[in-house]
Parts: sequence; C-alpha cells; structure tokens
Amino acid sequence: MSDTVIEVEGLTKRYGSTVAVDNISFSIGRGEIFGLLGPNGAGKTTTILMLLGLSEPSSGKVDVLGYDPGRQPLAVKRRVGYMPDAVGFYDNLTARENLRYTARLLGMARKDAEPAIERVLSRLGLGDVMDRNVAGFSRGMRQRLGLAEILLKGAEIAILDEPTSGLDPQATSELLDMIRQLKAEGVAVLISSHLLERVQSICDRVALFQKGRIALIGTVEELARQVLGGGFVIEVEADGVELNNRLAAVPGVVRVEQAAGSRLLVHADRDVRPNVAAAIVAAGGQLRRLSIEEPSLEAVYTRHFEQGSVPNAA
Amino acid sequence: MRREGSPWQGLGAVFLKELSDHLSSPRMRVLELLVVVTGAVAIYGAIQQIRAVSAEDPFLLLKLFSLGGGSMPSFTGLIGFLIPLVAIGLGFDAINGEYNRRTLSRILSQPIYRDALLVGKFLAGLATIAISLVSLWLLVIGLGLFFLGIPPSTEEAARALVFLLVALAYAGVWLALAMLFSILFRSAATAALAALGLWLFLTLLWPALAPMLVQIFVPPDPVSILLGQPSLAAIEWQQALSRLSPNQLFGEVVVAILRPDTRSLGPVFMNQLQSAIIGAPLPLGQSLIIAWPQITGLVASTIVLFTMGYVVFQRQEVRA
Repeated sequence: MSDTVIEVEGLTKRYGSTVAVDNISFSIGRGEIFGLLGPNGAGKTTTILMLLGLSEPSSGKVDVLGYDPGRQPLAVKRRVGYMPDAVGFYDNLTARENLRYTARLLGMARKDAEPAIERVLSRLGLGDVMDRNVAGFSRGMRQRLGLAEILLKGAEIAILDEPTSGLDPQATSELLDMIRQLKAEGVAVLISSHLLERVQSICDRVALFQKGRIALIGTVEELARQVLGGGFVIEVEADGVELNNRLAAVPGVVRVEQAAGSRLLVHADRDVRPNVAAAIVAAGGQLRRLSIEEPSLEAVYTRHFEQGSVPNAA
Repeated sequence: MRREGSPWQGLGAVFLKELSDHLSSPRMRVLELLVVVTGAVAIYGAIQQIRAVSAEDPFLLLKLFSLGGGSMPSFTGLIGFLIPLVAIGLGFDAINGEYNRRTLSRILSQPIYRDALLVGKFLAGLATIAISLVSLWLLVIGLGLFFLGIPPSTEEAARALVFLLVALAYAGVWLALAMLFSILFRSAATAALAALGLWLFLTLLWPALAPMLVQIFVPPDPVSILLGQPSLAAIEWQQALSRLSPNQLFGEVVVAILRPDTRSLGPVFMNQLQSAIIGAPLPLGQSLIIAWPQITGLVASTIVLFTMGYVVFQRQEVRA
C-alpha cells in the first residue's frame, strides 16, 4: 500500500509478566475504515494508546503519518483525532466552551476557532444545544461532540474507541453514517469495538483480536472464506429436473445440499448468484427465490475461536 | 528516549481554564466566605486588643496580623489553619477528577504533554489562592488604616509583603500535597480524606507527639533531671521533629517576620544575650536571615511534593 498512514510492526506491550499486546503488525491506508475487533481486554485500547504515544511500547515499531509517537507525540497528536471509550466532557461547561478549550490546546487563534466550532457543531446536529451545559447531554450527543472535536482538529486519522457502545440503534446508525462521511473526506478511521455486527458493515478491513494477538486480518469476505470454508451459502427455491447436478456443475460451486421442500443450499467459494440463476433458467426450471447469506463476522469469530486454531494472518 | 516539542505547549490554555473553573466554582465561594468571615472576626478582635493595650507600639500594623483578641486566635493563626483547608479543597480532585469525568485521555490526546496539564493545574490553584490572599491582605491593611488611623511605615509594609509571600509558599506545600494524593488515589473522596487526615495529624497531633517521641529516643541525662529542665539535645531533637510539620515552619517564619524583636527561633543561651538590647527591633534583613531556613524548607517541601506527583503521574496509565 503506497498511501499508508499507520504502520505497526511487531508491537508488544508487557505489564510485568502479563502481555497485553503480543507482537502485532498491521497497516492502515488513507481513507480506509479499519476495525480492531475483539472482546474486552483483548488489547485494543492498549494498542490505540501506543499509536497516540500515551503509552510506551515494550518493543516493536509504530509509524503514524511518518512520525514516531514515542518521540514525536505532539506531531502525531496534532494530526490524529481520538475519541476514547465513553468519552467525557466538562459537565460544568457548554458544548461550545468544551470545544473552545480543545481549540486553545490545539493552539488555534480565537478568531479562527469560533466559526470553526460553530460549523462542526452544526454539522453534527448539535447546533441548537451548543450553549447548553454538557451535563444534560445524552450518550449519543456526547459521542457526536467527540466526533465534532475530531472534525475541529481537521484530523487525518480518526481513532474511535468503542464508538457505538451504549447507543440505541438509531443513534448507532447515525454515528456510523457520520463515520462514513469522514471516510468520504479522505480521513482514515480506526474503530475498536467488541460489537462485531454493528461495525462490520462499515469496515473495509478488520483485525480480530484475541488475548493480545491479531488472530485474523483482512476484509470480512476474506475472513469468511478463510474460516467458514466454502464462504458463501446461496439459498435457492426452484422447481426443475435434476437441478442438483446442474447447479453442482456451475463453476465456483463447492457442493449442493437438498433442504426441506424444493429448497436447495448451494455452497460456493464466491458469489455465484447470476450463474446459478442462469443455470436454473437454462435447465427450464422455475426460479422462485434466490438469496445469499451474508458472511457474518460473528460467525467467523465464533467458528474461529471454537476451533481454537490460530492460522497465520493474511 | 528524547521527546520532541516543548513540554510547556498548552500550559497557558490549561492554566486559564483551571483558573476560571476555580474562580467560578461554588466550592471556591464557600471557601472564600469562610476565609473572609473568620479573617474579619480575627481582625476585629485584634483591633479591640490594640486599642486597649499597645497604642504606643511602633509596629501597629504588624500587631494587627499577629495579635489575638480575647478568645479569638490571631489572624496569622487563623490563616495558618485555613490556607491548608483552601489548598486541599482546590487540589484534592485535580487529576482523579479528570479520570472520573473520563476527560483525561481526551485532553492528553491533544497536542500537549502531561507536564503542561500538571503544571497548569498547580499554577492555577496557586494563583487562585494568591488572589484570595492578596484581597484578604489588602482588606486587613485597609481595615487597619480605617480603624487605627496610622499609615504603615515602609518597614512594616515590607514585612507584611514578606508575610504574604511566605503564606503563598505555605499554600504551595498543601496544594502540592493535595495534588499528589489526587494522583495517587483514584477516588476523589479518598484523596480528600487522606489530605485532610494528614493536615489534622500534622497540625493537632504532631505538636503533642513530638515531645513524646523525644522522650523515647533521647533519655534525660542526670544534669537535666537535677535542673528539672529538658537537656539541650532533647530540645534540639524536639524542634527538629516538630519542624517536619509545615504548620510549625510557617508559624516560626510568621513570628520572625511579624515580631521584629525576635532574635532566634531556637534555644538561646544567656551568654548569647550579653549586651543585647532586649526588645529592640531587628532590621528586616536580619529577621529574614533568622527565618530563612524555614522559608527554604517550605519552598523545598513544595518542590519535593510536586516532583513526587509529577513522577507518579508521568508513569501512570492513561486509561480509566
């Protein structure tokens, strides 16, 4: 990847005898949404803190936008926006005052900061409440204020730690939309989460964490193929003669399974829906239904750790 | 490993934010009220006393600070008691409050070092106390002028100013201690209790405990038993031990600065007093020399306590 913004190599963090992060490597490109997924305590937040230079790695190399967070933390923190897990703001201050403090810490001139603060707050739908104390803000509003802070910074990389935890479904989908907008503006986004289903839809690539190691890394489809074997399962409901054999002959199909009634489950190593439909029609069959089971990260995760196998990361 | 960039970046922003937080907080209102009311009462008592007793004293203004009226303790006594309370009140949740509000990692992910946060908070606390002290100080001098009608001499004004600076150093000790506890204890309530507990111990229990410890460690020699007096070694030990309390140091400096006739803060022998004019005031420079070790001690304790907090904070994990 030529346009890499984060490059991590052999990163390890030890606390005494326990290893919180164990020799992980990954890289993130510009405008990419990368998911660090895994259960709580798997080392996701520790990894993030090392990326920001807030925690010192025991060994390994980190490169963020060409800077070393250990030696040049100010340069890194000026360009990277961070929203911690359950982000907190000063309750006695208003949303505007909270961001004003951030702007001052960033060294922005007051005359530039004021319009910028109003712009980002309005953009995240906090325009009406910007002069209210943060004490009365809901969890979702605080998360949006956290995103507003990242926008105010004009960050090239946004690191979001558990952005969706504790949010209701609507607030979650709003937040995910805002993250997509960030990506559209060329910001690389690193999301850490233990809620696999919620974030899998927006992640370009994911790394599955377990006990401080990256167990799997790649796109959701790649992981599904790697772990779930056949990868794709297509459900077909159709009438016709000898459909089983005809479908089995379609390139990419691994095997065909007869389910209840006239339903067939076609296991394939890629999305072969058009070919399956064509084969059925060519055989003179009547196609009633054709649907694909999306590979789910949950399934990948469960299957992977059930097997207890740790194949090399892709 | 060498870090790049200035550790003071963002210091001004942190300082101004914390200062405005302190000055507008209800906590500060309560503390200010407490200080002003007790201060006013003490001054009133002192004025009554001065009018009754010592109208001829050349250092009337200083008497205003150091004289108690009736059952009221003196103004300096009260200040020595209240400064730790205010300093602990301002400092006990400096760092753990940021943890508990979950703002610490967000603030530290801005382009500043931890140095700026800690130093900014300390300076803001000190500035808050300085503002209160200066207003109280002006109030006292104003009341003195109003009720006694005698303008202070240059010498008196200078001594009063030194007193103000020493009071600030004394506040620094307690503020640094409160901030150290706010770093060590994750719970603000625990930090407040620990700081207040240590303050009460050093102020109330330690002066009683020090002589007892001396009796254990320095057995009385036959001469002193015969004379019915503690030996010189015992006296020196007792002073050394009691000076571990910042309260004692502050008290000694106040005596040396506000009572110009003070010639020594330790034991004095008869031969040292030979041909001395008892009761004659010393010039300010000489009084300062007498109190210099104590002043140094106060400043040094502030630096040591702050450094301890700084080291612990630098090594602490950011995650809540």
